[in-house]
Amino acid sequence: MSSSSSSLSISGLLRRPEAGAFLGLLGVLIFFVIFGSMEFLKPSGAASWLNVAASLGIIALPIGLLMIAGELDISIGAMIPAGSMTVAILSGHYGLPIWVGILGALSFGVIIGLINGYLVIRTAVPSLIVTLGTLFAVQGIVLGLSVIITGTTSVALTAAPWAKFIFGQFVGGTFQVIIFWWLAITAVYIFVVHFTRYGNWIFAMGGDKISARNAGIPTEKLTITLFVLSSTSAAFVGMCQAILFNSAQVSAGMTFIFNSIISVVVGGVLLTGGFGSIVGIFFGTLTFAVVNQGIYFTTFDRNWSSLIIGIMLLLAVLMNNTFRRMALSYAPKKK
Amino acid sequence: MEKPPILEMRDVCKSFGLIDVLHNISLRVHSGEVLCLLGDNGAGKSTLIKTLAGVFNPTSGTVLMDGTPVTFSSPRDASNRGISTVHQFGGTFPLMSIGRSFFVGVEPTRKWGPFTIYDRKKANEIAVNAVQEFGITRIDDGDRLIGGLSGGERQSLAIARAVYFGARVLILDEPTAALGVKEAAHVLRIVLQARQKGIAVIFITHNVVHALTVGDHFAVLIRGAKAADFRKGEKTREEITDLMAGGEHMAELEAEIQHLKAPNASATVTTH
Repeated sequence: MSSSSSSLSISGLLRRPEAGAFLGLLGVLIFFVIFGSMEFLKPSGAASWLNVAASLGIIALPIGLLMIAGELDISIGAMIPAGSMTVAILSGHYGLPIWVGILGALSFGVIIGLINGYLVIRTAVPSLIVTLGTLFAVQGIVLGLSVIITGTTSVALTAAPWAKFIFGQFVGGTFQVIIFWWLAITAVYIFVVHFTRYGNWIFAMGGDKISARNAGIPTEKLTITLFVLSSTSAAFVGMCQAILFNSAQVSAGMTFIFNSIISVVVGGVLLTGGFGSIVGIFFGTLTFAVVNQGIYFTTFDRNWSSLIIGIMLLLAVLMNNTFRRMALSYAPKKK
Repeated sequence: MEKPPILEMRDVCKSFGLIDVLHNISLRVHSGEVLCLLGDNGAGKSTLIKTLAGVFNPTSGTVLMDGTPVTFSSPRDASNRGISTVHQFGGTFPLMSIGRSFFVGVEPTRKWGPFTIYDRKKANEIAVNAVQEFGITRIDDGDRLIGGLSGGERQSLAIARAVYFGARVLILDEPTAALGVKEAAHVLRIVLQARQKGIAVIFITHNVVHALTVGDHFAVLIRGAKAADFRKGEKTREEITDLMAGGEHMAELEAEIQHLKAPNASATVTTH
C-alpha cells in the first residue's frame, strides 16, 4: 500500500466511491478538449452539457439512492412525459392557473411513487418488474387521457412569468434554470445522505435488508419514500421542460431510463446496493452529459457517441470495482 | 432459593405445518454461564435460536426471562429485552464503515447549526473502544470497511457491539465455523470475556473441542429433541461426538475409515 504520507492521502481519496467518477470526468474532459476544441469549456459550450446534465441529474440522484438501497425504478421514463402533460393539460388546455398544473404534476409523481413503493414492499416482486409494469401503465394512461381530453399528443402551454422565471428560463441566454435546481438539490442530498442518520439507513438497507429491519430501521417507509422521491423528481423534470419549451409531448423520456442508470453506475454506485455516494452520482451524470454532448464539438460523426458511452460505462465499472477492492482491503499500517 | 435463570425454555415445541422441528425442549442459562448447544446439521439448532431471538414463537411451551414468561413480538423486541444474536459472518454490512455499521439504527447525532447530523467521530471512537476492550487492538480506525476485516475480527466486533448495547444473553450462531485455528481462539477468548462480564452466552457449534473449551453446560440436540444435558466434566469428547452423531454411528464410521486406511483397503472394500 502507501508508503509516504502524501501518497496516503491520494490512496485515501481513491478509496472513496466517487473516485472513479471523478477520474472518468477528468478523462472525458481532456479527451474532448484534445479532439474537440476549447469551445467546449466556454460558457456557450458548457451550457450544452450542463443543460443535459441538470435534467438527468435530478432524476439520477434518487435513482442512485434506490440502487444503493437495493431497488430500481424504471417507471421514471413514463413519469417525465406524465409530468409535462399534466401541467400542460391542466394549465394549457384547461387554462387553470399554473400553480394548479405544477401541483397536479407533482401529485401525480407522488401517487405513482406510492404505488411503486407499496407494490414493492407488499409483493416480493423485484422492483425492476414492478416499475416496468408502472412504466407501461403510466405511458398508457398519459397517451389515452391526452387523446381523449385534447385530441392530440402534443399540448401547448404558456406559463405565468413567475413560473417561467423559477422553472423555465434561460439564464444568461443559454443556461437552463434547472441547472441551479440541480445544484441545490444535490447539496440537499449530500447533506441528508452523508451527514444525517437517514443516509446510514439507506446504506444499511442496501447492505442487508433483514438485518437493517432488525436493527430498527423502518425499511418499508424508507423504500416508499425513495420511490416517491424518484417518480416525483421525474415529474418535476417533465414539468420544468414543459414550462421551458412552452409545450409538452406524450413521447419523451424513455432515454432517461438508461441514461440515469449509466450515470449512477459510472458514479460508483454498486448495482447490488450498499455502496455509493451522492458526489459520485453527480460526477457520473456530468461525465455522461459531457460524452453525450462533447461529440458535437469534435469532427467525429455523432453516430459514434453511443460507442463511446458504452466503452466509458465498461471502463467505469471496471475502475469502480478496483477502487472498491482497494477500499475493502485497506488497513492502516501497523505502527 | 437460587436466582431464576436469565433465560429458560420450558417444554418448547415448534412445528411448521405438519413438520415438527422441536420437541419438548427445556433449557436454562444463567448469567455468567456459557451454554453450548451442540448438534449435527439439521438437528434444529437454528430453529431453536430463532425461537429464542424472537423470529419464531413456540407452537407450545414457554420462554421465560428472569423467571417470568415472555412472548417476543419481533427480533427487535427480543433485542430490546437484552437478547442479542450474532451470526456466523458477524458484520452483515460489508461495505459500511466500522463506526457506521456499529450504530446502524441508533446513530449518535450532534447539532450542527439548526441541523441534527450524524456524529461520525463519536461513532468511530465508541466502536473502536468497544472492540479494543476485548483485546482486538488491530482495529483502530472506525472508517475502515467491515468487509476488510478478518472473519474473527468481524465476530469480535459483532460481539463487542452486542455487549455495548447491553446484551444480557448473547446467542452466537456457529461463531467459529468459518475461522482458522488462531482466529477461532481469539473468538473463544472473547466469549469467555463476555462470560466474565456476567453475560449469559448460548454458543451454537458442532465443534466439540471449541465447546469444551468455553462451555459450562452442554445440551445436545438430535432431530429436534434434547438428547443430553450435562455439565462440564461429566462427559468426554468422544462421548459427546457420538451423541451428536446419534449414537454408535461414529464408532462404526471410524472403524470403516480405519479399514480404508489400511494397506489392503481396496480388497476390503470389494468384499463388502
